[in-house]
Amino acid sequence: MKNYKNVIAAYSIMIFLIILVGIFQSWSIALTILNYCLISAVMTIGANIQWGYAGLINFGIMGYTALGGLAVVLVSVEPVKKAWQVGGLNILACIWIIVAIIFVVKFILIRFDKSKLRNYSVASVILGGIILLRVTAAPGIEAIESVDPAKTGFLGGMGLPVLFSWIFGALLAGSLAFVIGKIALGLRADYLAIATLLIAEIIVSIIKHEEWLARGVKNVIGLKRPAPYEIDLQTSEWFINLVTKFNSSKLNLINSISDKQEALNQMVIDASSVYVKLCFTGLFLTVVVILLIVTQKALYSPWGRKMRAIRDNEEAASAMGKNIVKEHLLIFILGSAIVGLAGAMMVTNDGLFTPGSYRPMRYTFVIWVMVIVGGTGNNFGAILGGFVVWFLWVEAAPIALFLINLFTSHLPETNAVRVHLIESAPYFRFLVIGIGLLLIMRYRPQGIIPEKIIKQ
Amino acid sequence: MDFLNAIIVLFNFTVIPALAYGSQLALGAIFVTLIYAVLRFANFATGDMMSFGTMFAVILTYYFQSLGFGLGVLPTALLTIPFAILMMILYMLIIDKFVFSYYRVKKSPPVQFAMVSVGVMFVTQALIRIIIGPSDRRFLDGEKFIIKATEFKEMTGLAEGITLKSTQAITIIVTLIVVSIMFWFLNRTKTGTSMRAYSDNEDLALLSGIDPKRVVLITWVIAGILATIGGVLYGLDKSYRPFVYFNNMLPIFAAAIVGGIGNPFGAFLGGYVIAFAEIFVTYAYKRFISYLLPEHLEPDSLLQLLSTDYKFAVSFSILVIVLLIRPSGIFKGKVI
Repeated sequence: MKNYKNVIAAYSIMIFLIILVGIFQSWSIALTILNYCLISAVMTIGANIQWGYAGLINFGIMGYTALGGLAVVLVSVEPVKKAWQVGGLNILACIWIIVAIIFVVKFILIRFDKSKLRNYSVASVILGGIILLRVTAAPGIEAIESVDPAKTGFLGGMGLPVLFSWIFGALLAGSLAFVIGKIALGLRADYLAIATLLIAEIIVSIIKHEEWLARGVKNVIGLKRPAPYEIDLQTSEWFINLVTKFNSSKLNLINSISDKQEALNQMVIDASSVYVKLCFTGLFLTVVVILLIVTQKALYSPWGRKMRAIRDNEEAASAMGKNIVKEHLLIFILGSAIVGLAGAMMVTNDGLFTPGSYRPMRYTFVIWVMVIVGGTGNNFGAILGGFVVWFLWVEAAPIALFLINLFTSHLPETNAVRVHLIESAPYFRFLVIGIGLLLIMRYRPQGIIPEKIIKQ
Repeated sequence: MDFLNAIIVLFNFTVIPALAYGSQLALGAIFVTLIYAVLRFANFATGDMMSFGTMFAVILTYYFQSLGFGLGVLPTALLTIPFAILMMILYMLIIDKFVFSYYRVKKSPPVQFAMVSVGVMFVTQALIRIIIGPSDRRFLDGEKFIIKATEFKEMTGLAEGITLKSTQAITIIVTLIVVSIMFWFLNRTKTGTSMRAYSDNEDLALLSGIDPKRVVLITWVIAGILATIGGVLYGLDKSYRPFVYFNNMLPIFAAAIVGGIGNPFGAFLGGYVIAFAEIFVTYAYKRFISYLLPEHLEPDSLLQLLSTDYKFAVSFSILVIVLLIRPSGIFKGKVI
């Protein structure tokens, strides 16, 4: 128990801070922050598996998050039948062409020895395949995108319950990680970082511009939810009764009936949004706890020890007969799949898929800061990092605004410096995160909750 | 005549923009490669450092314009570059003193440096947005065009014209001057040689009496010059927007790696390789082909390999291919 003292202390402080937000701002905001903290925690668990367990630097988190989001659209949206009728065949044909290209290239690579001729033939197969793809796809894409472009204009999904998409998102991200891992994992650490960063950018640009797939920058809104809708709650009997019961002391103070009704209505509206968010919190918390138990078990299993051995000394581990390439690929896939899951959770939480919002700043670097700040190699640390950094990311602007007002209160309202500072308050979040990262890296490089090696 | 028209179309819409864009990338790529060669880390703050230098040029340009200074037909920004470079170098040295030098002394692994540079990136981005704000700014003044399409058509009597923006000409000329001075410095002067020696083998360089502090200082000075000039040229040609500079970091990295990281000449050429590839792959060849083919064969489609949305994706794909086939880059840099 003594070992966990600082962990418990750190988490209590975090929970206390979120409760403070609930008291001072509103419970709805506090729960939004908490939900995003939990999503960030899933992402950091994924990144921590790669970086903390195995020392793989993956700056492609944005790409997997976006893929997870795409999975929600592909799984939960109802299929657009008309689009399938006009262009579905072309798209299916394209998939077969891609499979055929991969098999032909594979065949050439296996059957023939390394030579110039082989390189040229591989290149020509790929080039020819791409031209064939474009010729096949173009009429189909055009037809699909012209089907009611304001509302659909895409193929739609499978119309399944949204929770399936979390699994599908993880699978999608994991299979992409398999391909990327095959390509890039042999590179040295900082090259791997750059390569994954750029590959993620390619993925996002494909999602952004292939409108037949998920409407691209036109966004998909009104996605299904695993929780009830606020409107339904506000009209259902049991919920209103519940709110009345909770607030009976407050309501009893109000005398006039019309005032009472108005107050109750307001309470029901507030409570419905809190209730929905609580549902999400429950779901996310379940995911985080399951992941935490699984990863924690894995970390202290023989497999986890093997990973740490590979991380700390590749040559020695390889001399002991561990297959480093295979283990790296496996952990790259696992970590990315978890990030994909987080991406799906996030889109489910938002209820909309906006490919234009995926930017490396927010979805790669901030997540990395979370892992580094929280504690690499320690799951409790990584989750805490997700909480702390997300909290700062959201609350930095209000705090900065408060401080600016405090320090410039002697200046007149129209003072140019004051006005400028107040306008730029939102950007203080970058400053806080950056300085926080630099300080942690300098004075506590192992993070807030450092990695603990249990001697067995 | 049709053949000449076709060539001019190609020249106007691909070669000139690619040369200008390539020059901007090349300056950034040399900056990346230099930091990588001497200080041994991938600097993720590259784009924002360029943006930071440009910010001073923008502010000073507005100041000079308010005072009535100017260069006539040339943009005022050229006058402000030296001051912006000074500020940039100062900022870089402060960052180095308080952030990077600690890890250099400790001989940290490159990954740690990369993470630290991410921290610097956050701080720099915050400072830029707090000082000048995230909005789009144009600070180009003076003559906009050197040759206009209509003038060119009148002059030559051809159906197609060439437009040469003054910023494009300035970009190409300034880049050539800066890069040639830099190569002269690196290859011919004693300081430059000591820098290369330090980059090749640190221990041996220290043994032969090269002062590491001086090498680091000179590296940051050159880096500051390259970053600011590259940033200002890009800002003049397009417009100054902090967010865009962060995105530009990605093709710059691609250029540096394609050219062989750690090799300045490779980075210089890598910039043009990336720029030409981006523009040639996303250019619609319809007009070009229609001049070459007889009328009844005229193509219906745009004849575009990829839509311009995938401009960045092209350069990243090239990078991935280069990493796969020849990880040391086209012009052999440090072996990965």
